[in-house]
Amino acid sequence: MNMQENNISENNFEQCIKCTVCTVYCPVVPVNPSYPGPKQAGPDGERLRLKRGDFYDEALKYCLNCKRCEVACPSGVKIGDIIQLARIKHSKKRPALRDMMLANTDIVGTMASTFAPIVNTTLALKPVKWAMDSVLKIDSHRTFPKYSSKTFESWFRKNAQASQDQFPRHISFFHGCYINYNYPQLGMDMVKVFNALGCGVHLLDKEKCCGVALVSNGLISQARKQAQFNIDNIRHSVIDNKRPVVGASSTCIFTMRDEYPHLLGIDNADVRSSIDLATRFIFRLIDNGEVKIKFRDDYHSRIAYHTPCHMEKLGWSFYSIDLLRRIPGVDLVVLDSQCCGIAGTYGFKKENYPTSQGIGASLFKQIEDAKPDFVATDCETCKWQIEMSTPVEVKHPISILAEAIDYEATKKINS
Amino acid sequence: MKLNRKENEFDVIIVGGGATGAGTARDCALRGLKVLLIERHDFAAGATGRNHGLLHSGARYAVTDGESATECIKENMILRRIASHCVEENDGLFISLPEDDINYQATFVEACRKAGINAEIIDPAEARIMEPSVNPSIIGAVKVPDGSVDPFRLTIANIVDAKQHGATVLTYHELVEFIKEGNKVVGVKAINHRDKSVVSFYAPLTINAGGIWGHLIAEKVGVKVNMFPAKGSLLIFGHRVNNVVLNRCRKPANADILVPGDTICLIGTTSSRVGFDEIDDIKVTADEVDLLLREGEKLAPALAYTRILRAYAGVRPLVAADNDASGRSISRGIVLLDHATRDGVEGFATITGGKLMTYRLMAEWATDLACRKLGVNACCVTAEQPLPGSRPAEPESNTKSKTFDLQLDKNRSSVHRHGDMASKISSANEMDNSLVCECEDVTVGEVDFALKELDVNNLVDLRRRTRVGMGTCQGELCACRAAGLLAEAHKCTAKAKNDLAKFLNERWKGAYPVAWGEALREAEYTQWVYGAICGMENNKE
Repeated sequence: MNMQENNISENNFEQCIKCTVCTVYCPVVPVNPSYPGPKQAGPDGERLRLKRGDFYDEALKYCLNCKRCEVACPSGVKIGDIIQLARIKHSKKRPALRDMMLANTDIVGTMASTFAPIVNTTLALKPVKWAMDSVLKIDSHRTFPKYSSKTFESWFRKNAQASQDQFPRHISFFHGCYINYNYPQLGMDMVKVFNALGCGVHLLDKEKCCGVALVSNGLISQARKQAQFNIDNIRHSVIDNKRPVVGASSTCIFTMRDEYPHLLGIDNADVRSSIDLATRFIFRLIDNGEVKIKFRDDYHSRIAYHTPCHMEKLGWSFYSIDLLRRIPGVDLVVLDSQCCGIAGTYGFKKENYPTSQGIGASLFKQIEDAKPDFVATDCETCKWQIEMSTPVEVKHPISILAEAIDYEATKKINS
Repeated sequence: MKLNRKENEFDVIIVGGGATGAGTARDCALRGLKVLLIERHDFAAGATGRNHGLLHSGARYAVTDGESATECIKENMILRRIASHCVEENDGLFISLPEDDINYQATFVEACRKAGINAEIIDPAEARIMEPSVNPSIIGAVKVPDGSVDPFRLTIANIVDAKQHGATVLTYHELVEFIKEGNKVVGVKAINHRDKSVVSFYAPLTINAGGIWGHLIAEKVGVKVNMFPAKGSLLIFGHRVNNVVLNRCRKPANADILVPGDTICLIGTTSSRVGFDEIDDIKVTADEVDLLLREGEKLAPALAYTRILRAYAGVRPLVAADNDASGRSISRGIVLLDHATRDGVEGFATITGGKLMTYRLMAEWATDLACRKLGVNACCVTAEQPLPGSRPAEPESNTKSKTFDLQLDKNRSSVHRHGDMASKISSANEMDNSLVCECEDVTVGEVDFALKELDVNNLVDLRRRTRVGMGTCQGELCACRAAGLLAEAHKCTAKAKNDLAKFLNERWKGAYPVAWGEALREAEYTQWVYGAICGMENNKE
C-alpha cells in the first residue's frame, strides 16, 4: 500500500496552495478584466471542469500561454499546461478561417513566398488592411512580416550545403517558418556563425512548422501530426546521424522540447536534451573549451536585451545575455523580463489588440528610455511587436554575433 | 424573542433539523398543519451532513436487507424528480476484485432484480471505459443506478418549501424540557442559543426527529428508544477522482464506497460503536484513516496519491428492535414510534432509523401519524411536488435588479447549486459577481442570497448553504471575505471575527487527521495569513 507518500497529481495541480503569486505575474490580468487569471483558470477551474466539462470558461482563450505563471509558481504547478489542456479538451469554439490562416504558417508561407512581391505589396495596401480588419478580424495596426521571395532552404541548398561536411562538428538546423519564409538572413547568419565555430550546418531531412500556432488556435490533431513528423526527423538526426538539433527561435525550441510531451502527448524523452537553442549551444561549446570565439575590435553598439516569455520559462536568457556581454564593444542593458504582448498569433487578432498593446506598454517605454541602438531578442514575434510599437530595430543575438565576430580569425582557431 | 400564547401554539413541533426533520416539516406544512421546527445547531449539522452523500440505488442492501433496498430504489427515483438540483445522476459500479468471490455477483444481481433495481453485468473492459479511475485489475462489474445527493442542499430545499407553506423554523434553539400535562406532552421549552432566552412552544404533538440525539430527547420524557451510536468515518479528496460511484461487489464492509460529489470525492466508511458521551465531539482516528486509504486504493488506485482535504465522521442512529434489548438485531429500516401506544405517553412520537435516502418516506410516515392523531385528512404530495431549486424556471419577473439567468448562466456553479432559486442571486454589478470562494466559485451575490434567504447565522452555516470554504484552500482565501460580508449583514464585526476564528478551527479539525503533504503546507500557509497578517493569533475564541 502506498500511504500517500506523495500527492503528485497530473500537472501537479493539487500542489497549488492558492498563494496566487501566478496571478500577480500574469501579464493579461492587469489589462483584461475578462480573464480570470491563471490560478482560477488553472488549478481552481480544473476542479470544476473535473466535475462537469460544461464549467469550462471560454475566457481561457485570453491566456497567452506565456508560462510566466509556471515560472512564478513556488509549488511547481504546471498552470499554463493545465489551461492549454483545458482549452484543447473543452473549448467549443472552432477555429475561424482567420485562425487557420494565422496558424498554418507553413502552408501560407509556402504560397506567400512564391508570390512574395505581390503578397507583400498587397498586404501593405490600405484597402487590404481594412478588409482583413473587418472581414478576417486581423487588426489593421498589425504589419505582416514581409515574405521573402527566396526561402532559406533554397538559398542553403544552392549556396551553403556543399561546404558543410568539412567541419569537425555538425548540427542539424531547425530553421522554422520565420527564417524560411520571412527572414532568410537570420538563417544565413546562423550558418556563418556556426561555420566560424567549426560546426557544419545541415538541414533536417524534412521539417514542418513546430506547431505552436496550431496549438494556440486549437488545431490540435494537425499540431500532433506535425509534432510527430518533426520528432521522427529529429530522431533520425540525433540518434542515427549523431547531430544535435539547434534552432534560433526560442519558441520553436520550447515547443518541441516541452509542449510536445506536455500538451500533445508526443514522447520526445530520448531526444529532448539534444534539441537546443543556438545561443545556449554556443555558450556551452565555449564554456566546455571546445571552441573559441574572436570578435572584431571595431564593433560598437548599445543593445537592450528583451527576455521573451518562453526564454523566461526555459530559464535560458542567461546564455544569450552572456554571449552578447562577451562582445567587447557592446554596452548591454537587460530589460525587465516581461511579456511584450504579442504572444505569437494572439496579438494579430483584432479582439486582442488592446490587451496586447496594454501588456507591452511598460516594456516599450523602458526600451525608449534606454535609448539603445537596437533591441536584441531570441523570439521573432517579440521582434514584430517591438518594432511595431517602438521606433527601435530588433535583432537576433545570432545576427549580432554574425556582425561582431571576426569570421576569419574565429574560423581559423576552430578548424 | 417573546412569543405570545397564540403565536407559540402549533399543530406539530418537530425537534431536529436534519433531512428527516426538514422533510417532516415540509410534509406537515404541505398538508396544511401549522408546524414549528426547532434545531439546536444548524440544518444538516448531524448525521445528515456527515455521510457519503450517496444516492443509493439500494443495491448495497439488496442481498442483506431486501426491504431497505426496495425503499431505496423507489426513493432514488423520486429524488431524481423532486430534488434534481441536489442530485447527480452518476450511475454506480459494483466491482469484483481478484480477491473477491465472483460467484457473489450472481446472488447480488438476483437480489437487485427482486428489489426492483436495474443491475446490469457489464464487461470489466467496458467498466474501465465507463470509469477510467477504477482499479484496472477488476474481474467483474455490475452497473446500477447509484448517484450522488447533496444532503445540505436537500435539507435546505425542504426547509425553504416548509417555510413557504407557513412553517416556523428556528435554528439554534435547543430543547430543554418537555411541557407535560399529566401523561401528555403538550409542548416544549427551548433555549435560544443566540440570546440564551428560554421560550415555550405548545402543540398537541411533538415529533422527535433528532437522529442519534433522539435517544437523549426521548429520555427527557422518560421514554427509552433503544439506540446505538455507530460512528462512521470518511475521507474527502481534493478533486473528483471518479465520476461514477464505485462499490465493492461483496457483503457490505468497511471503506468500500467511493462517491463523487460536487467538486470532490469521498471514501467511506468505517463502523464502530461509540458511547453517547462521545457523539457531540467525535474524532477520526489514525487507524481509521489508514483503513480508509488501504481499502480506498483498491477501488481507485489514484487515491494513493490524491490529496486528502479532510476527514470527518458521523453517527448513525441505529435502532434495536423493541423485543431485543441486547441490540444485536439492528435494522437499518425506518422506525416510527408512537409513544402513546408504545409507552403511554400521549403527544409524542419518534421517527428514526432509516437513512438519508429514505428521509422523505420517513417524513411521510411521521406526517401520516400526525394527520391521524390530529384528525386531518390530507394526502402526501412530497413524492410528486418538486422542491424549490428543482422547479422549472419562472418566467422573467419585472424586478429591476439583474440576477443570474438560469439559461445564460447555466454553467455557473451557483446555478448548479441552487437550481431555479439561483434566479434570486444578484449579478447586477462587479461587486455581486466578484468571488468570495475561488475554489468553489461562490460569488458575493450568492453569499448575500444565502444570508438573506437561507437562515445563515454564522460562517459554518454559510458553508453548508454555499460551499464557501469547502474547496482545496479550506478557508484560506474565502473565510475572511465571507466574514466581512457576514459582519455587514449582521452589523457586528466582533461576532464575525469570533465566527471567523471558530470557522478556521472547524476547518483545521477536519484537516488535522490527514495533515501531511500539501494539505499541511496549505494549512500552515493559512495560519500565516490569519495569524501573522490578520492578527488572529491572539483571538480569545
